[in-house]
Amino acid sequence: MDTKKIIESLSPNERKILPHLDEKSIEDICRKSNLDKVSVTRSLTYLQNKKILELSYIVKKIVDVGINGALYRKKGLPERRLMHLLNEKRIISLKDAQKESKLSDDELKASLGALKKKAMIEIKNDKIILGGNKEDVSKKFAEELFLESLPLDYDSLSKEQLSVLKYLEGRKDIIRIEEEKSAVIKLTEPGKKLIGEKLTSENMIEQITPEVLQGEAWKGKKFRRYDVTSSVPLMSGGKRHFVNQSIDYARTVWTEMGFKEMSGNMIVSSFWNFDALFTPQDHSVREMQDTFFINKKDELQDKKLTKSVKESHEEGVGGSKGWEYAWNEEEAKKLVLRTHTTCLSAQTLAKLNTQQLPAKYFAIGKNFRNETLDWNHGFEFNQTEGIVADRNVNFRHLLGYLKQFFKKMGFEKIRIRPSYFPYTEPSVEIDVWHPEKKMWLELGGAGIFRPEVTIPLFGEYIPVLAWGPGFDRMLMDYYEIKDLRELYKNNIDKLRKMKFWIK
Amino acid sequence: MALIEFSKKQFEDEIGKLDEEMKEKVAMFGTPIDHLDEQKVQIEIFPNRPDLLSFQGFRRAFRAFLGKDTGLREYKINKPEKNYLISIASSVKDIRPFTACAIIKGLKLDNSRIKEIMEIQEKLHLTMGRKRKKLAIGIYPLDKIKLPLTFSALEPDKVKFIPLDSDKEMSGLEILQKTAAGKEYAQLLAGKQKFPIFVDAEDKILSMPPIINSQTIGKVAEDTKDVFVECSGFDQKVLGRCLNILVTCLADMGGKIYQMEIKSGIAKKILTPDFTPEKMRLSTENTNKLLGLELKPTQIEKLLEKMGYDCKKGEVYIPSWRTDVLHEVDLIEDVAIAYGYENFIPEIPAVSTIGEEDKKEILKRKIAEILTGLGLLEISNYHLTSKHNQFTSMGVPEKQEKSFIEMESSKTDFTILRKDLTHYLLKTLAENVDVEYPHRVFEIGKVFNIESKTDQIKEHESLAIALAPGNFTEMKQMLEYLFRMLGIKISINEPASVPSHFIEGRCIGIKIGDTIIGTLGEIHPKILKNWKIKMPVALMEINLELVLGR
Repeated sequence: MDTKKIIESLSPNERKILPHLDEKSIEDICRKSNLDKVSVTRSLTYLQNKKILELSYIVKKIVDVGINGALYRKKGLPERRLMHLLNEKRIISLKDAQKESKLSDDELKASLGALKKKAMIEIKNDKIILGGNKEDVSKKFAEELFLESLPLDYDSLSKEQLSVLKYLEGRKDIIRIEEEKSAVIKLTEPGKKLIGEKLTSENMIEQITPEVLQGEAWKGKKFRRYDVTSSVPLMSGGKRHFVNQSIDYARTVWTEMGFKEMSGNMIVSSFWNFDALFTPQDHSVREMQDTFFINKKDELQDKKLTKSVKESHEEGVGGSKGWEYAWNEEEAKKLVLRTHTTCLSAQTLAKLNTQQLPAKYFAIGKNFRNETLDWNHGFEFNQTEGIVADRNVNFRHLLGYLKQFFKKMGFEKIRIRPSYFPYTEPSVEIDVWHPEKKMWLELGGAGIFRPEVTIPLFGEYIPVLAWGPGFDRMLMDYYEIKDLRELYKNNIDKLRKMKFWIK
Repeated sequence: MALIEFSKKQFEDEIGKLDEEMKEKVAMFGTPIDHLDEQKVQIEIFPNRPDLLSFQGFRRAFRAFLGKDTGLREYKINKPEKNYLISIASSVKDIRPFTACAIIKGLKLDNSRIKEIMEIQEKLHLTMGRKRKKLAIGIYPLDKIKLPLTFSALEPDKVKFIPLDSDKEMSGLEILQKTAAGKEYAQLLAGKQKFPIFVDAEDKILSMPPIINSQTIGKVAEDTKDVFVECSGFDQKVLGRCLNILVTCLADMGGKIYQMEIKSGIAKKILTPDFTPEKMRLSTENTNKLLGLELKPTQIEKLLEKMGYDCKKGEVYIPSWRTDVLHEVDLIEDVAIAYGYENFIPEIPAVSTIGEEDKKEILKRKIAEILTGLGLLEISNYHLTSKHNQFTSMGVPEKQEKSFIEMESSKTDFTILRKDLTHYLLKTLAENVDVEYPHRVFEIGKVFNIESKTDQIKEHESLAIALAPGNFTEMKQMLEYLFRMLGIKISINEPASVPSHFIEGRCIGIKIGDTIIGTLGEIHPKILKNWKIKMPVALMEINLELVLGR
């Protein structure tokens, strides 16, 4: 940049300090320019950015008194106060010494230690006996001399002073060591040239204020050049939580595909969460180890459905053999935190009029499992669920919907392989191809509800396509989150910086 | 999740080279590879297929899937020899009523084989046996025991034998208290007047199921050639299938299967194992309808044979070790697996339906839009919380509080459902004291309470906003802005009782009509102190049900 451009870019503060750059310290510049320290330091940095000067700092360690040190400088060190007392009494019991000297426990302990070390006292049978002669008693301790001489530059300390310092540092808040930074300013060649130039600001417009505009004061003047490349402070605005942003997107995907949203309680009876979904009562998922149980029961309202589900488990319906065990209604009444949104599908299908087919529903929400909390485990997770009920749907349609759904979620290539769930047959597992990681990601299950599930709900076998991929893995992949706990950590700083869900 | 592991070499010698194509085939058989390295391969087995829990079982099914040795596998089964008999005493009737047994001869065992058999046994215990609750398996050296056998029950102090891996004789109770297996499975026998035992003809105890075998006569060793195998539990059919899984696996290891006669006072004499296949009809029409294919009956038969079934005269013969065929659809799934999931052409049916969002979700989103427009940041917390955060930190003595929903068991200290969002917002502020202020946050989500009159559980949507630094006026401005934008008229009053986390005189109740929907105010410094927040906080929380329900 040429000198002219540089001059045009100087801010009022920079102009003010420029003539004083040959001063020794920042404090001097402050005084001369009549600016505060923050403004001067900031302006110096800006001038450095404009290559007018080079800034460097020298760090000095300064030894000064701490809170107690300042106090002792006035009142005397505790050991000095104890010495005064001993000078009167020569011998005194520990108890009396504390009472009369008014020293705290800690102070007394420190004083006794200090004086013993100097061989000024002896302690016998809980009595303090003064030793040493009069001269010694009245002579100032090295510690006292040191305290009086503070503040001192650490690097200037003598060997003796250093050992006193080390001792005093061990006592509470007597000494404080601070770092003092002093700036060294070196003008560059353009800077040296500039310092000789006449700097006037009369022809410069700083901020454009309403007054400037009203009075047309800008006419015939120049606008001060900004350093347009310099960085500006971070800004953040209000926004949705990133998990909810992605959930809202999934909602859009579902409605675009013609699905209607289901909603319902998170606390449900085992009946809806398990029994209506043909999960046998001795299945391990129905143990407290796996599922959150609440010590309350829910009455099963629909007697006809209850009977039909019982039959489905015990002896089977629609040609099934069932699970062949005695189904227990009490077990079905137990309340749980839902372990999948599939319980909403069961509740929805139970209410559905078969005249209204085809019907397509979706749900998206939190589910629970009794788990520990670490980077890879959590007790709450999001799942999204879709069902299609129609007399004429088949396995190929299931694959068609899955392909479409995951494509909209951003996964072009999917793989479907056999899997197992108690309530679907056929059952599939969905893997999506991750183009960057070049690997298959397992995203969750799908299938066609078994007749043992749909016959009690509908009164006849109507195939229902169902899929319920976990949602957290998709959004963690998008936001590049490795630790599950990050989802609900609510670190405000991170939330402010997090990118939006752009899909 | 059950994993089975075998050596890569064994797989390649007996099945085929484990290249990319083979790996894909294994996945498409429904048994995904979990881990593979130069030495070993680990495969995941889903709980419907316990017959695949051994290398032998997996090889049998997977080779057929590859088109080698298809159809129902035949095993030679020998009739019982002299004294191959077990009597079930009436004393086990209410404790562990059934058993299915077999004798396998001519095994060649070494240590790795014994380990392999024990692993299969453990896998079956875990899955089919529901951790030995439903069934337990025992395997014994035939040369150490004297036939015929009895399955009976004795008082715990009268049961006396040296349990496996011990050198001391113990009573039934001691076994539960002192051995590792005893401690692990003690609850399965807890409270029983008598413990079940297998006893030989010389009154020696073979084992105490479902806990442990005898060290002296119940331990298979390298020189063992013939074994007695039993499965005990509560359902004869299930026991039979489990025994079949195990003995066919031992037969594939080179053993010869002999039946045993089971005599019981209550039922008629039976012979186990029994490999008679169950028969099921499979309709071609149903198969094609469910799969969206146009297969001919002969094609379906071929596909079923690849899955280890036989088809005769329109009936499917199901191997007696398969436990998962309850309905025609189970066969149809196997047809689909044999056809290859990768070979189905995905299709979206030409059916039109109208998409629709839940009304509540739309309104929740609108509220969030209004608040983010004010520059607020949405946060999201767990639905579960700790008693400490819900009560103690909010100035409510934990012991006083009774109205909350607690989990019967939890692996973390998040043991109750949150009653409000307020405490979670303060927790969030507390965890962010080092982050640049101002903190302006909100959360929308479910909270859970017990209605005092009816003792009914109520979950409802709630909204809470917190400002730090914040004051009453600003918070109230925000409340009024929100409801003006929603077009809902609210009124405010000074509440009769101020929630303990607010400052009295700086708190209002919020109403729609006559219904109180929430409170707003400045948080009391004593509560801020609990959370170590050194910034004034204004906060409001409202029940959204009335707002969303309009």
